[in-house]
Amino acid sequence: MRFDEATLFVFVLAAFLGFELIRHVSPLLHTPLMSLTNAISAIAVVGAILILGEKDAPALSRVLGFVAVTASTINLVSGFLITDRMLKMFKKREPEKP
Amino acid sequence: MTENAVQLIYIVAAAAFILSLKWMSAPATARRGVLTGELGMLLAIVGTLLRHEVVGYQGILIAFCLGSAIGVPLAYLMPMTAVPQRTALSHAFGALAAALIGTAEYYKHTPHGLVMVALATEVLLGFLTFTGSLMAFGKLQELLPGRPITYRGQNPVNLTILGLAALAGVLLAIHPEQTWVFPIFMALALVFGVLLILPIGGADMPTVIALLNSYAGLSAAAMGFALDNKLLIIAGALDGSSGFILSIVMCRAMNRSFTNVLFGAFGQVQASAAHAAERPVRTATAEDAASILESARLVIVAPGYGMAVAQAQHKLRELYDLLSRRGVDVRFAIHPVAGRMPGHMNVLLAEADIPYDKLYEMEDINSEFAQADVALVVGANDVTNPAARNDRDSPIYGMPILDVDKARTVMVIKRSLSPGFAGIDNDLYYMENTLMLFGDAKSFLGGIVKELGAAVRV
Repeated sequence: MRFDEATLFVFVLAAFLGFELIRHVSPLLHTPLMSLTNAISAIAVVGAILILGEKDAPALSRVLGFVAVTASTINLVSGFLITDRMLKMFKKREPEKP
Repeated sequence: MTENAVQLIYIVAAAAFILSLKWMSAPATARRGVLTGELGMLLAIVGTLLRHEVVGYQGILIAFCLGSAIGVPLAYLMPMTAVPQRTALSHAFGALAAALIGTAEYYKHTPHGLVMVALATEVLLGFLTFTGSLMAFGKLQELLPGRPITYRGQNPVNLTILGLAALAGVLLAIHPEQTWVFPIFMALALVFGVLLILPIGGADMPTVIALLNSYAGLSAAAMGFALDNKLLIIAGALDGSSGFILSIVMCRAMNRSFTNVLFGAFGQVQASAAHAAERPVRTATAEDAASILESARLVIVAPGYGMAVAQAQHKLRELYDLLSRRGVDVRFAIHPVAGRMPGHMNVLLAEADIPYDKLYEMEDINSEFAQADVALVVGANDVTNPAARNDRDSPIYGMPILDVDKARTVMVIKRSLSPGFAGIDNDLYYMENTLMLFGDAKSFLGGIVKELGAAVRV
């Protein structure tokens, strides 16, 4: 494996993009935002799958990979679901009842 | 061929994550944002499963099922008041995954050079965030004392552990084949996570949770470097910068610096400071409060963590309904650090069906207090203390506060006169225009609602 400096560019640009995007999120939604980014950071599941599913993976990789896939699946499932559950509760004023 | 397709899928997934965060900026588009994020995640997983080096599907499938079986109830059964705990717990899971992947990668390939640096960063951040988040969870769930735990020489000890961990990391980066260093490195990171959170008290939790969020994201990004996977880098960087911004927002809202939050142990230091002599306060009953609220034109409610503890948000909604029906303008003033995580109060009030256009940020509402007939403080303390504005000697001097004291009448629902998290007496309680409503927030609000309801029927 080699270290590709292009990845560093990707990181820096993504971080700046992140700053710009998050700056515009209303403080009203900071809690759902955090659970959403939590779910997104469960992208670690990609790495976990690669470790667990590799051909002839040694026992240690299998065990650690299995725990990692499980932990990130918990995160992505519960993260997306609870974010949506929270957002459903944010309602504007209902029209005045007569 | 497949590899190109996979990269293409990854690019679409990364774009989906970016759009997801973009749409998260406003309530109207936020749910679309979640859907897009889910789509991105689905693509990322499918793309990864397509890669030809992935062959062991059985274990992956079992882990997916197991994770979903735990994740679904976690999302639907958690009460909204427990959202800070859930968030801390998911930071722990995410960080654990990153750390374990790094560990597996190390023992399998023993990478060299900059890849090893990335891997060491991933493992360090992963393990310290894992134990740190578990500690935060324990404190929020009240399995551990919520007060800061401090001892003499705490900061030197913490810094030494961190220094040793960094040293072990550097050693590994230079000599990756020295496998005996790795367990020591892991242990130091795990211990540092615990020590880092020990001195953190409840009111600092919003900052710390945001910071742990940032670390979890950064460790995923570091994993991207170690595995040479750009999708991981992008998603991790987005998460890392999000957590970072939130923790800056929280720090600003307390007029404190990162170092001060992490190494300051706020509550402990000031516990002995400012212990005012007994001063008279004016109290009122639910009946008095009801009649004052009834004749008001503008009422601004300032909720705090106490409201969450007492589960008073639904009673507050009833009060809001009754008053709105009589033409009273009721608004809610949300301090950025009210509660135990960023945006905590908004979620609880939204859960109670209070329309979100009635929730105002501190900067937007502070000028309105002067016109308000009543400011009703429910379970908030330090964020309403005028000493932050007036008293140069106060430990919270300079912290932005809700200017509730400028309202014509201030009503404070509180169990007793005990000082808040910062251990400082609140001058607000002794002002002439302040009425103290002693009691549990939920039952006191219930009392007011009853009085108002009775008046309707007559």
